[in-house]
Amino acid sequence: MSAGVAQPSHKPLIAPEQMPVLRAEIDRSCAVPCLSWFASSMFWLIVGTLLGLLASLKLHSPELLGDIRWLTFGRVRPAHLNVVAFGWGCPAAFGVLLWLQCRLCRVRMIWPGVMVAACVIWNLGILIGTIALFAGKSLGIEWLEFPTYAAFLLFLGFALVAVWAMMTFAQRNQEHVYVSQWYMFAGLFWFPWLYVTVQLLLILMPVKGVTQAAITWWFGHNALGLWFSPIGLAAGYYLIPKVTGRPIYSYYLSLLGFWTLALFYNWAGIHHLIAGPLPAWLVTVSIVGSMMMLIPVAAVAINHHMTMRGNFKLLRYSPTLRFIVFGAMAYTLTSVQGSFMALRAYNEPTHFTHHTVGHAHLGLYAFFTMTMFGAMYYIVPRLTGREWASSKLMRIHWWGTSIGISLMFLVLTIGGFIQGFEMNQASESLGSAVDKHGLFGGISEWFGGFKARNGAVPFMDIVRGQIPWLVLRSITGVLLFVGHVAFFILMVMNVHAWGKTRLGPTLFTGRDRTYSRLMTDDGEGAEA
Amino acid sequence: MNTSIRIFAGVFFTFAIAWVGLVLIPHLQLKDLQSQRDEALGTLNPAPYTGIEIDGRSVYIDLGCTYCHSQQVRGGFYNADLERGWGTRRSHPLDYIYDEPQQLGTMRTGPDLANIGARQPSEEWHHLHLYDPQTTSPGSIMPPHRFLYEKRRISGQKADDALPLEGEFAPESGYEVVPTYEAKALVAYLKRLDQTYEIEEGQE
Repeated sequence: MSAGVAQPSHKPLIAPEQMPVLRAEIDRSCAVPCLSWFASSMFWLIVGTLLGLLASLKLHSPELLGDIRWLTFGRVRPAHLNVVAFGWGCPAAFGVLLWLQCRLCRVRMIWPGVMVAACVIWNLGILIGTIALFAGKSLGIEWLEFPTYAAFLLFLGFALVAVWAMMTFAQRNQEHVYVSQWYMFAGLFWFPWLYVTVQLLLILMPVKGVTQAAITWWFGHNALGLWFSPIGLAAGYYLIPKVTGRPIYSYYLSLLGFWTLALFYNWAGIHHLIAGPLPAWLVTVSIVGSMMMLIPVAAVAINHHMTMRGNFKLLRYSPTLRFIVFGAMAYTLTSVQGSFMALRAYNEPTHFTHHTVGHAHLGLYAFFTMTMFGAMYYIVPRLTGREWASSKLMRIHWWGTSIGISLMFLVLTIGGFIQGFEMNQASESLGSAVDKHGLFGGISEWFGGFKARNGAVPFMDIVRGQIPWLVLRSITGVLLFVGHVAFFILMVMNVHAWGKTRLGPTLFTGRDRTYSRLMTDDGEGAEA
Repeated sequence: MNTSIRIFAGVFFTFAIAWVGLVLIPHLQLKDLQSQRDEALGTLNPAPYTGIEIDGRSVYIDLGCTYCHSQQVRGGFYNADLERGWGTRRSHPLDYIYDEPQQLGTMRTGPDLANIGARQPSEEWHHLHLYDPQTTSPGSIMPPHRFLYEKRRISGQKADDALPLEGEFAPESGYEVVPTYEAKALVAYLKRLDQTYEIEEGQE
């Protein structure tokens, strides 16, 4: 507590002794809207995982369902992305956001019916959009494949949530604006602006040629950093202090982290087009923006780490904390990796390869998705008034997803590096080097052989060398799927009140006195 | 209320500045690019797409070719794209002025296609490769696109555009495999992908 700089103090508008009652009322008022968002997000998570798995299998077994046009790789692949990003990611984020906003403003859920309607509209958009993709109606712009009619429904759903959040904020019974609220506010403001801009300039009255590419990646990248990241960070900033019972280490570091993110992230997107047919200044500006992102990332990493310090033992017990801390570490890793991936020397060999796919999964899965899982572990029992039914299923969820995503990241990172190195610098394929010189000799020969001639490895040799990595990736996808099914069952059991009733919180393992003391929900760490 | 106004202003301006930088200025810089006329040959570089080529581009988008194939010859440190023979020069913004939407791509599970029309001018090769990539590129992980072709009973004489499939790929005797309009359009589009013309700098 003494470690950080104190936060500016505000007089509480609600007496502290009334808080437990108010908190319980807020949680109850959030139940229907938040659970609708969570339930739909879980549905799309399962669908999206199956689509990802199918796309992954098709990459190494192209004959699999090869004669079904609806399920050709080029349709399953964008369907996977859209379903997991907009079907799973956004609804999960909305569910967390609604609850956080009510808790932090100390306001009971206003307009619960409108929020359920927003959820229905959004899900209709996802359903229609996904069917359209399978029917071949994709717009052909990465991250924006959904046809305009589906995109409009998504925009409408989003706008309702954004307006709701502003109205809730206006009625708040708490003067202090907590750091999570800045992030949510920014995300709710940035995303619609981004979305409307790209719909206008790419689809309704398209700009010319490569300018579209610049705008596409300005959107594609900002959708991650200016929408998913802020929501993930908002959840982390609220829940780490909540579970550990300690305040955020430094108010000023969180200020620094927020404003530098706002300033630099916006500029980073064009690093997707390094060495491509765009004006050089545009790419260079984005590389600078990407490197500057090290500042907000370091600020958040230090802040989270110092808040956790001394409480790492809680990771043994608390599912919320374990998932969120995993997510926070992945945020640091993916952001630092992302900054360096924007450097030309790193980007040129790894761009266009599975290395980038690995990076994308580190960000959207290991950081964002794991953080959402952690938040749901905390929020859902408070909405339903029931603890999770089984620590065994929780453990399956944890190990399936944490091992699955870690291995997937490794496999894609290494496989993608080999792919890129062979496509650019290597003078022979890794496979043929290993055949000639044995495993270790071959690797060193291969790696040292880049002085000869660039682009010398025949393309089919690169493809053949990728197959084992692609097979491994499918296996890691199965691990993720197992984890998701376990969590899905937990959710269903919780909502339907199946399984035996538990008094205390369900933990990963046993009970610990320190922990149960802290898990009374009234850890005064966060500002709510 | 001060806090919220400050947050709003900050969030607005940080975003607005980047919007001007990454959206507005590139648009203003590139919006007036025009095809260049090759006086000797009397052609336009690049030429606008023809009707069947636009249809072919729609098939390209529908089937998500872009998720495995880029359409850009990069410059840069390693220059491998040129060494590989994927192009005669680095791609230029001018090459894309008729592309709506652009298909620059972000993945090279398969090779770059910016110049596939120049690298592989044979229509027959494209049809065989699309029908089943194993016919032309054994070991390829590209999915087959047999659904773009029609297998039908030969009536009278074999059709001129029937695919010369051999061995395990051949249909049973008495049958032939012919491209649908979609297949023909896609091949017309692929053959059109060609950035080998020279660009005169400083005229744009």
